[in-house]
Amino acid sequence: MNNPHKPLEIHDLTVSYQRKPVLYGIDLEIEEGSLVGVIGPNGAGKSTLVKTIMNMVKPNGGYVKIFGRAPKAGISRIGYVPQRETVDWDFPVTVMDVVLMGRYGHLGWLRKIGETDRRIACECLEQVHMLPYANRQIGNLSGGQQQRVFLARALAQESSLYLMDEPFAGVDAVTEKTIVSILKEMRDRGKTLVIVHHDLASAREYFDHLLLLNMRKVAYGKTEEVFKPDLLQKTYGGRLSILSDMASKSAGVRVIEKEAYFTEK
Amino acid sequence: MKLGLENFHFAGGFSVISKILLGGVFTLLLPQVLSAEQIRGPESIEFFDRAMRFFEMRDHSVRVVALGSVLIGISCGMMGSYVVTRKLSLFGDTLSHAVLPGIAIGFLWAESKDNLALLLGASFAGFLGVACISLLKKFTKISQDSALGIVLSGFYAVGICMLTRIQKMDFGNQSGLDTYLFGQVSALSTNDLIGVCASLVLITLFITLNYKELLISGFDPEYARSVRLPADILQYLLWALLAFCVITSLQVVGVILASALLIIPAASASLLAKRMSSYLCIAASLGAISGLVGAFLSFLGERLPTGPLIVLTASFLFLLILVFRPHHGILVCWVKSRLQSHRIAMENTLKAIYQVIERHNFSETSIRMEELMQRRNLGSGECMKEVNRLSRSGFATASLDPHSPSGLPPEKRVSLTPKGWEYACRIVRNHRLWELYLTNEARYAPDHVHEDAEKIEHVLGEETIRELERILSNPRRDPHGKLIPSLVDIERGWLG
Repeated sequence: MNNPHKPLEIHDLTVSYQRKPVLYGIDLEIEEGSLVGVIGPNGAGKSTLVKTIMNMVKPNGGYVKIFGRAPKAGISRIGYVPQRETVDWDFPVTVMDVVLMGRYGHLGWLRKIGETDRRIACECLEQVHMLPYANRQIGNLSGGQQQRVFLARALAQESSLYLMDEPFAGVDAVTEKTIVSILKEMRDRGKTLVIVHHDLASAREYFDHLLLLNMRKVAYGKTEEVFKPDLLQKTYGGRLSILSDMASKSAGVRVIEKEAYFTEK
Repeated sequence: MKLGLENFHFAGGFSVISKILLGGVFTLLLPQVLSAEQIRGPESIEFFDRAMRFFEMRDHSVRVVALGSVLIGISCGMMGSYVVTRKLSLFGDTLSHAVLPGIAIGFLWAESKDNLALLLGASFAGFLGVACISLLKKFTKISQDSALGIVLSGFYAVGICMLTRIQKMDFGNQSGLDTYLFGQVSALSTNDLIGVCASLVLITLFITLNYKELLISGFDPEYARSVRLPADILQYLLWALLAFCVITSLQVVGVILASALLIIPAASASLLAKRMSSYLCIAASLGAISGLVGAFLSFLGERLPTGPLIVLTASFLFLLILVFRPHHGILVCWVKSRLQSHRIAMENTLKAIYQVIERHNFSETSIRMEELMQRRNLGSGECMKEVNRLSRSGFATASLDPHSPSGLPPEKRVSLTPKGWEYACRIVRNHRLWELYLTNEARYAPDHVHEDAEKIEHVLGEETIRELERILSNPRRDPHGKLIPSLVDIERGWLG
């Protein structure tokens, strides 16, 4: 655990698509064992940030370091959960197969999946309450269940840094609660988690650190220090005028959520 | 290079049209080729003779033919599994058409049907085709499917022109190059068989060594990259093997339909398999069966083109699976929906009988058939059918009224058995509980709830009913003031 390097270190990062900057001069240092929410309006560069860290997009300037190493080498230490839509859910694999994919990083070419890997996969499935579905084809699952399978795969990777792109998109309330409690438990075990999140209302409750992003880093810090009306206003610009109300009323948010949950049922 | 074929239908249509057009041109240019493909007269004695010859496998040539087509079926089935699951179907089609000019060039080079020259030519043309697609994609705004369509028809047209020239050359007539268009299994030589074996061995080796890598990169390419899996290299190797597989199978299946043997068995497997391993096995076996049966039929009809026969067999197997597969097959679905509609009709009749009895304040145990007809809004024949169905299931009995006025034919009456009475009560109860739930809990207006309840009553499970009762605290009256038969009523067997 005594790692001299920060899990994620970003310095003066600039990324642009066709000369249009998407991220500009981002500096970021994430401490080990933090649960970080990345929030910002649509087109703020949240997904680009993830893709840059994952070495899928080349930056125009600055650098990303993962445990002190360049992304190319460091990415093997990241447990990555892509957006659910990037995957073909009709693919002939079962839930178990998908979770076992998480063990690939520990195996490498020509090495077979062993008893230990299977046991770990089962434990991870158990954690997300999906063990009874182990032999289902993934196409026969609901959106929330699919997301939980993705999470189980990430757990099976046993990484020290996790990067998740919108894990709460399109999942039901029960799954959201399950995922949040697992994320918090992972943090308590010393893992570092960076999560792209779209819902401002729940961000305050879910994460202990927040990165407010809108092309530039607006703020990064402990949630209670960053979740301030003026900073949020700055992040979302004029687009969300109700924001200031939001921050002060966030105690009422939980009630609204509960109601939404019951009408859904 | 990501091959998402969203506009597959358009491109598919395009390739079909181009095939028809080019086929037309080809027919005009090459009458001698087509005439060579026809059966040489119907000889029924020879028919059985040939069938016997095929099955006994005494001839060396028959063994080569049977083995070759089975092996090709297996390798195409396995490669096809990856082609179909990665949504590259049209890519396989393009590749098979693009190799035609290469075959012609290889033939011109060697001035004979030299296998190595043909293979080299075909590989060269295949890779040129793939390069063209990549370049079009990179430097133009043309979408993937259009690029595939352009390369497919362009290369094919060049190939046809060259082949026509060759046919008119001195050494061309006996070449048997036409077999590459439609496939001719009987032209398979031992040398060809070696090529087929080699490609099968390579494919099997590649798949067994890279099984989990192929699985990960096929299912989730982004994740594959994140675990530093060489997804791009795997993709290129897969293409190269695909080209090799297509080229070696051309002799049997032909250029035009080569992709069918890749796509159809794998698509059939996708209807059945839920894991990649079983997917591969099913696709390989279906490919093998199609190959063998196609080769056999072609052998029977002496020089009948093999490609179409193999494709016909594969399509027939696909249809069989589509209709007869478990769970989602057309037959199973049809039977299920028939059974369900019978059950719903039966439940509606039971409910109607209950309602008529209720209208008489539960004073009589049987009702006149006429009343039931009115209530159910059915003709007498249909109504009788419904009642018969009920009595066959032991829910109701039909009888003639002994007290009907003399001189007239005796009236028909229907009464419920205890079992039928219980069932009817349950349905009515479902209906009324649901109506009450909608008005009380979901705030529906009382005149909006009936239609919904008409459907829901047939699908409410026992558990939901218990929950509804709990939520509504065991109600007695529905929104229209009618009695909801309670569990006690049902057990006691009578109301009122």
